Amino acid sequence: MSLTFQQIMKLMLSGLLETLYMTIISTAAAYIIGLPVGVLLTVTDKDGIKPNKTLNTSIGFVVNVLRSVPFIILLVAVMPITRAIVGTTIGSSATVVPLVIAAAPYIARMVESSIKEVDRGVIEASHSMGATTLQIVLKVLIPEAKPSLLLGAAISITTILSYSAMAGFVGGGGLGDIAIRYGYNLGKTDVMLVMVVVLVAIVQLFQAFGGWFSRKNDRRIR
Amino acid sequence: MKEDYIIEIHDLNKTFTSEGKSIQVLDNINISIRRGEIFGIIGLSGAGKSTLVRCMNLLERPTAGKVYVDGQEMTALTEKELRTARQSIGMIFQNFNLLMQRTALDNVCFPLELVGMKKKQAREKARELLATVGLSDKEDEYPARLSGGQKQRVAIARALATNPKVLLCDEITSALDPTTTQSILELLKDLNQKLGVTVIVITHQMKVIEQICSRVAIIDSSHIEEIGTVDEVFRRPKTAAAKRLLYSRGEHIDKFTGRGKLLRLVFDGSSTDRPIIAEMILKFGVIVNIAYADTKNIDGRMYGHMILQLPEDEGLVEQILGYLDDEGISYSEEG
Repeated sequence: MSLTFQQIMKLMLSGLLETLYMTIISTAAAYIIGLPVGVLLTVTDKDGIKPNKTLNTSIGFVVNVLRSVPFIILLVAVMPITRAIVGTTIGSSATVVPLVIAAAPYIARMVESSIKEVDRGVIEASHSMGATTLQIVLKVLIPEAKPSLLLGAAISITTILSYSAMAGFVGGGGLGDIAIRYGYNLGKTDVMLVMVVVLVAIVQLFQAFGGWFSRKNDRRIR
Repeated sequence: MKEDYIIEIHDLNKTFTSEGKSIQVLDNINISIRRGEIFGIIGLSGAGKSTLVRCMNLLERPTAGKVYVDGQEMTALTEKELRTARQSIGMIFQNFNLLMQRTALDNVCFPLELVGMKKKQAREKARELLATVGLSDKEDEYPARLSGGQKQRVAIARALATNPKVLLCDEITSALDPTTTQSILELLKDLNQKLGVTVIVITHQMKVIEQICSRVAIIDSSHIEEIGTVDEVFRRPKTAAAKRLLYSRGEHIDKFTGRGKLLRLVFDGSSTDRPIIAEMILKFGVIVNIAYADTKNIDGRMYGHMILQLPEDEGLVEQILGYLDDEGISYSEEG
């Protein structure tokens, strides 16, 4: 029995809300962890403002390990942690946990590369005025890297969105879950297609908005 | 009476080590800079002048030697003390190094924020400083919308925000056109006179030194070659390195063939624009060859240098030298 248009739309709407919920909560949480870690990676780099080889290498190692585990494996591997935190391993709230664990190191690297773009001359000038490391981070590095950080955020949020769709394989909720259940398991290609189209649309929207917002915030543009 | 020096550098050495290889950038530097003067350091790129100026506010830590700024031994300070000391040493750069995401006004506020000044008070002070550098109408502009000269003015206002006693200027006119260079130099001279701030100018441009400095040090391959008043050093350079730097554009005279002796005349502004060479030729009826000349007339005074090839007659040469002595023109024989 095939689904009516109305049924598909109803499914789509609930999937959309779940997907947005997972994506936004995960991105926010992943930034809370990833932003400071990214800053720390830049600051402790050998060319950074407070070089610390041991710290830099250890953080870099953990970040690389987490980055190299395929998300679908991470999803299953962290289930005990997920259960401990959320109480279940099924549904969109449960998916947030592996999403944050996968996205935080990714964001840390994005933040690192954005902050490394800040002109060394400006950092030197700040030193010449007697700025502390914390002042340089808060008043120079982050504000000067803002347009690049925002663009990185747009890329990160779309990556997290596509990860969230993958969580559908383990009953993670959202558009990806519906696409897999109806399309792959039940052979309802039309349902799958609708979900995929919506996913594509959200990615486009996030990316376009991110680009626009980054440009709007960039004072280097005349 | 002991001289009042604001900066004293004693036996400074700086060696950079990278990948096991060490390069000595500064070798046994000794400089004393008087309070309130405009002191120039000139050298070609790679001579070590930028490293030297960074050793004054310890952006670069000397490998050996001592640096005193306003009586304080910079090289002995802790990181925290150093940060405080830097607040009384302003610095300006070739590439301005402004915060691109802040307006002109907020750029000037930046050093005041660093010392914890209240926002309202900081903005007030920043407004005054922008007025001092002639940019009152550009307060809300972002650096991307300012010209090179305007950016450098913002940078100067920013450097002055914490009322520094010393202003370090690292090639600050090298990215500017001649007219803008002129106006920035005038501003510096003005600030030096009005505020009494000591200015240290690092440059490879002779005209920058000629225009605003009272004393100059010539740095060449990690060494200070000469140090003295601009007049002294530029008119009668003693060392080969100084001559090479000051006269670099006259090198092609080597190719000049002819048997008469070559004489370099130096015009230091003490002679007027009277046609001295023409008068000399008429007076002695000699033919001299102008092998090279680079002179300019500033306010009716002649600056620069010229290389003449003299006749072979020794007696005539004597007379010509006598004439030049009488006219107060300094000269030296070229090898």
